[in-house]
Amino acid sequence: MEDAQESLRQVFQQEFTRLVAVISRRFGLQHIELAEDIVGETFLLAAETWGVRGLPANPTAWLYTVAKQKAIYQFRRRKLLNDKVIPELVAQRTQDDEWDDLSFSTKTIRDSQLQMLFAICTPLIADEAQIGLALRILCGFGIDEIAEAFLTNRETINKRLFRAKEKLRAAGITMNLPTDHELVSRLDTVLRVIYLLFNEGYYSSTQNRSLQKDVCLEAMRLGVMLTDYEQTDSPKTNALLALMCFHASRFEARHGGAPHGGAPHGGFEGVLLLYEQQNDALWDRALIRQGFVYLERAMQGNDLSTYHLEARIASWHCVKDDTPEKWTAILDLYNQLLLLNKSPSAALNRVYALYKVAGQAAALAAAKQLRMDSNHLYFTLLGELYRETDTAQAAACFQRAYALAKTQTDRQTIQQKLDELR
Amino acid sequence: MSEFMLLFRQPSFETGQMSPAEFAAIASRWQAWVGGIEAEGKLVSRGTRLATEGKVVRANGLITDGPFVEIKERLGSFVLVRANSLDEATALAHGCPAIAAGGSVEVRPLLV
Repeated sequence: MEDAQESLRQVFQQEFTRLVAVISRRFGLQHIELAEDIVGETFLLAAETWGVRGLPANPTAWLYTVAKQKAIYQFRRRKLLNDKVIPELVAQRTQDDEWDDLSFSTKTIRDSQLQMLFAICTPLIADEAQIGLALRILCGFGIDEIAEAFLTNRETINKRLFRAKEKLRAAGITMNLPTDHELVSRLDTVLRVIYLLFNEGYYSSTQNRSLQKDVCLEAMRLGVMLTDYEQTDSPKTNALLALMCFHASRFEARHGGAPHGGAPHGGFEGVLLLYEQQNDALWDRALIRQGFVYLERAMQGNDLSTYHLEARIASWHCVKDDTPEKWTAILDLYNQLLLLNKSPSAALNRVYALYKVAGQAAALAAAKQLRMDSNHLYFTLLGELYRETDTAQAAACFQRAYALAKTQTDRQTIQQKLDELR
Repeated sequence: MSEFMLLFRQPSFETGQMSPAEFAAIASRWQAWVGGIEAEGKLVSRGTRLATEGKVVRANGLITDGPFVEIKERLGSFVLVRANSLDEATALAHGCPAIAAGGSVEVRPLLV
């Protein structure tokens, strides 16, 4: 019974994104809420009908038929209103009468979803709102689930989604693929949003692990969708997919032992604090293999993006044994990554790789040059480096890290380190 | 034993904001409710589904889209049950998910 409910949930989640994309394309993106309502009503009727009469032979076909009827009905009502209230719109009638062509064919669904992906991943919406809207429209999560992933409430999420949709309307975003010369830069934004989505799942503060995992899987699904089209199946897309596969392969292991430690993107804590405690028996070998397939495809061409470098670093972390070769390679990759993108987490991770390759003294000297005096991860790293040689210094660093930490989980992780010193 | 029709009425609420999990839970509740009646051997028919859209014809010949334009609670569908009395049939209506959704169930004896 629970299994049946779960598989029904999956059907609804998958079909939500498909139906909303197809109907929005037909109605126009400015009417995205109407599309959501039509799909919601369809699902409510499905829930009642299927609950009472049992599942139809082909549930998705059932949903497409009912959604189409509702879409046409809604459209006719609006047209009636428009014809009476706004006579100038009557001119559109000929075009509008062709509603019966609304189709949920495989091709329409695929095209609409890709167009929706590009529409939502416009550079014009703020990140947080964009991630929220992507979780809703591209991944099909409910408002409550999104609120849980962001550790906030329904109202906040609803406001964010509302503002994001307003911005889409104000900017006149339509569901068309960018032209070829725009596509490369627009694809960068799409990939960035997908990676943010993945991180939202991977590093989310929520304790709901199945939700975290679902968010990661949905982000990966969007990446896979991009590989279905020649124009978007770029080395960068494949590099990002490889990166997500390698990270996701450790999903179970990461939760197997120590409490989850709210690590920032880049995985400094993932490497330093949790990685060594992970049980590699829990690594998902199939995902690791898949990661290498994508990595191979990413290496075709001369493109070298941060995704390429991060994917290769992540691939080394899928090797459990600490060999000199491994850490030398990781150090080299972090050096390259810092040339492309000077992020604090990459700098900190580089110091840790240096520690593994050249020892504590060299790493300490490099760390001292970073001077990230307001970063709790910086002091956590310093504390780790002092741990073997100077317990008092290590404790002082961990205490500064504790004072700077912003979340409860971070403080817990640091407290654990302080306790271990004694 | 007589037969009774249980008609569900539900308000149209903001379905556009509900989650896949909620819809799946609603389906399960309907299934559990109808399954319970069936297990007691009291289910006669699972009814026929009504689409939510339609027309309303009035005395002056006015035809409107409906019925939800003017009525808060839209008529959903129905099931037929078998019971010894109206009270017994009414008892079966308890637990109908339409009630939990803020709607109602009308219990009407079928006349033979």
